[in-house]
Amino acid sequence: MFMFIFNKLKTFPKGGIHPPEVKISAEKPIERIPLPANIKVPIAQHIGVPATPVVERGGLVKTGQVIAKTAGFVSANIHAPASGKVAKISEELDVSGYRRTTIMIRVNKEEEWAEGIDTTDELRSEISLTREQILEKILEGGIVGMGGATFPSHVKLNVPRGKKADVLIINGVECEPYLTSDHQLMLEKSEELMVGVRILMKALDVKKAIIGIENNKKDAIDKLSLIAEKYDDISVDALKVQYPQGGEKQLIKALINREVPSGKLPIDVGTVVHNVGTTYAVYEAVQKNKPLIERVITVTGKSVKNPGNFIARIGTPVSALIDAAGGLPEDTGKVLSGGPMMGKALNDLGIPVTKGTSGILILPEKESARSKSKVCIRCSKCINVCPMGLEPFYLMTTIQRGMYDEAEQNRILDCIECGSCAYICPSNRELLDYIRLGKATVSNLIRERQSA
Amino acid sequence: MNQTIIITIVSLSGLGAVAAMILYVVARQFRVETDPRIDEIEEVLPATNCGGCGQPGCRAFAEALAQAVDISDMHCPVGGNDVMKQVGQILGVEVKEKDPYIAVVKCSGSFEHRKKTNVYDGAPNCTVASMLYGGDTGCAYGCVGLGECVDACDFEAMYMDEKTGLPVVIEDKCTACNACVKACPKDIMELWPRGRKNRRIFVACINEEKGGIAKKYCSVACTGCEKCVDVCRYDSVVVENNLAIIDPEKCKLCKDCVEVCPSKVIDMVNFPPKKDRPPRKDRPDRKLARTKAETVGAEASGAEAGGVATAVKNEQTKATGTDTVEAKNTNSPVSESETGNPQDQPSGRSEPKPVARTEKQDSDQEDKKDNSSEKENKA
Repeated sequence: MFMFIFNKLKTFPKGGIHPPEVKISAEKPIERIPLPANIKVPIAQHIGVPATPVVERGGLVKTGQVIAKTAGFVSANIHAPASGKVAKISEELDVSGYRRTTIMIRVNKEEEWAEGIDTTDELRSEISLTREQILEKILEGGIVGMGGATFPSHVKLNVPRGKKADVLIINGVECEPYLTSDHQLMLEKSEELMVGVRILMKALDVKKAIIGIENNKKDAIDKLSLIAEKYDDISVDALKVQYPQGGEKQLIKALINREVPSGKLPIDVGTVVHNVGTTYAVYEAVQKNKPLIERVITVTGKSVKNPGNFIARIGTPVSALIDAAGGLPEDTGKVLSGGPMMGKALNDLGIPVTKGTSGILILPEKESARSKSKVCIRCSKCINVCPMGLEPFYLMTTIQRGMYDEAEQNRILDCIECGSCAYICPSNRELLDYIRLGKATVSNLIRERQSA
Repeated sequence: MNQTIIITIVSLSGLGAVAAMILYVVARQFRVETDPRIDEIEEVLPATNCGGCGQPGCRAFAEALAQAVDISDMHCPVGGNDVMKQVGQILGVEVKEKDPYIAVVKCSGSFEHRKKTNVYDGAPNCTVASMLYGGDTGCAYGCVGLGECVDACDFEAMYMDEKTGLPVVIEDKCTACNACVKACPKDIMELWPRGRKNRRIFVACINEEKGGIAKKYCSVACTGCEKCVDVCRYDSVVVENNLAIIDPEKCKLCKDCVEVCPSKVIDMVNFPPKKDRPPRKDRPDRKLARTKAETVGAEASGAEAGGVATAVKNEQTKATGTDTVEAKNTNSPVSESETGNPQDQPSGRSEPKPVARTEKQDSDQEDKKDNSSEKENKA
């Protein structure tokens, strides 16, 4: 009993909540979704400049072939997720809700892979490439952060001059309720993941890596710890279950007790964080020459018949995933892309899966509706739970009144949009809605100021 | 006891007198010289502090006016030309008259025409709602309908129509202060010249999607079909990015584009109610009709045809002369004399020809009946 006190698990100190975990799809083995007849690949699947299409209508593509090239430093290649014919390149709805340029591929029955891609499941643990070659492969493979932010990985790995990373953090937290895709990936691809960690360590030239996993995934912790024993420089840390621990800044604070200053990046405190999904994609890109064309997605929900973890090609329509999980339940209220805390409701089930889709959550009608907003009762719960130490109620008021300077001074741009404030608010105030609006407005104002 | 009271009174009054003297000296010494005209101008301004002039309030506008070298670009939309004239008198400059403006709603997508595609239950704020899929209908350009423009209006000149879900501008109250234009995240509100006799024609849509997509989500979306461009005789309509745009300065309010628009997205305001008339293409070609009429007119000197012609002519002169409510007949002569190129357009509208007119006669008369009843209502 006393051991419990001494073995206190690490977590971040400020704020945070613990919503019901509801990990229904935990320990469901990863199933492969059959190739759909048509695939829609948006060219803007990452943060930064959208890629430039390099294929034309009517052209034949092979699986893994580049169909859109990076169009800047912060950008990523996009590859054909399946072989077939380019049916058209047009403006289609994507997960953002707006029409973006999308490459439509009519999929061939016989899959034809591009040359040089190793499609076997064989483990390749020898890292023979040099640091430059690894970075080149990651850039070529179009790897982006797969935790949801979709930030191009090669940008993170290209450490700017004068800065130095000394520790690599691998994010296996998966703090969002319901989602289990990272958990299952860690269980099924643990060896591959470990190779991926070593590749990233080599690319960053760091001597230490820590894998952070929340304590509700004990089997993953055990399995990875066992493999990590082989290496002195990789350790696995169990973390207390606390949302939003998967946030980059929270995870750094929890694992190595360094605080990323406001407006700075993790590299400024000597660390780089990568998600386990990204790490696995890096392994595939570097060791097997396989670009990022598929990902593990949790399809779950309380009334879903067959919730589970699926591996699907990018561009597969959401409806195909839902069908694989037993179809859309009758009491469906909302279908979210992502988890219940940060996910976004979809308005069309034909929307394709992208590199950043970590889960599809189907909420029943009675749970999905928002309650009516009431007046602020000054209980300060939102301040207590904010992991960034902000005052959400005050930020909301400043935005409602158009006091953007005041919002900026109160560090509105530090908000990570985790939604803890809106979750905890007893008056159901739309805190995050207004803060998001404020963030967009304030960053526009700053941009205007800089260009003036 | 008495002594204490006297001492108190004397010492306090002394103190007061000293303080007053200090204040007086300081006030004289450190007086800030202000332009006396600023106060005068502020007196004239409507004191609504709406910011429609671009300045933060009436006092600031008065200061800006007093300092400005050239005030031709400065205008108080609330006070309008009257106030600006008075300001000009104070400053001793000539102020050019500006056309009065009014806010117009450039979206026709009511509930009936534009079905909801998703349910929005977030913050009741247009900007927040439009950040999520551009609103709860398939049209990412259209009105979100949460009334941010109504909230922004300081003059209670707008309300949300519950039947259509669109904002409505109350003509008499709108001062064209620009507040709603700034508030709308979709740029649906626009200031538009009030127009002659308060009549105006504008495209009530800002959807720049291709026709098919625009029509899919809204039955009254502009598809950029260019029919209005083809029919316009004054080059006042252009189609840019699949969207028709009317230039209010060139538009002569002829209503041809309104009739031809397949989506019925071109709004006309304050025109007399429309009568059942055959659409433009079904009407006899005017040039043809005129030549025909000339021949007919020359041949038929009979009483019947001539009688009708004079009857129409009489009414015509009456209309152009005094009546202010009837613009329909007054429109054509004015526009034709202004363009001054009779060959390009079907002339003969101002001079009624027997045959061409007899066909229109019925409807014209009906128009007049309607107008007179309208006048009665107004009275």
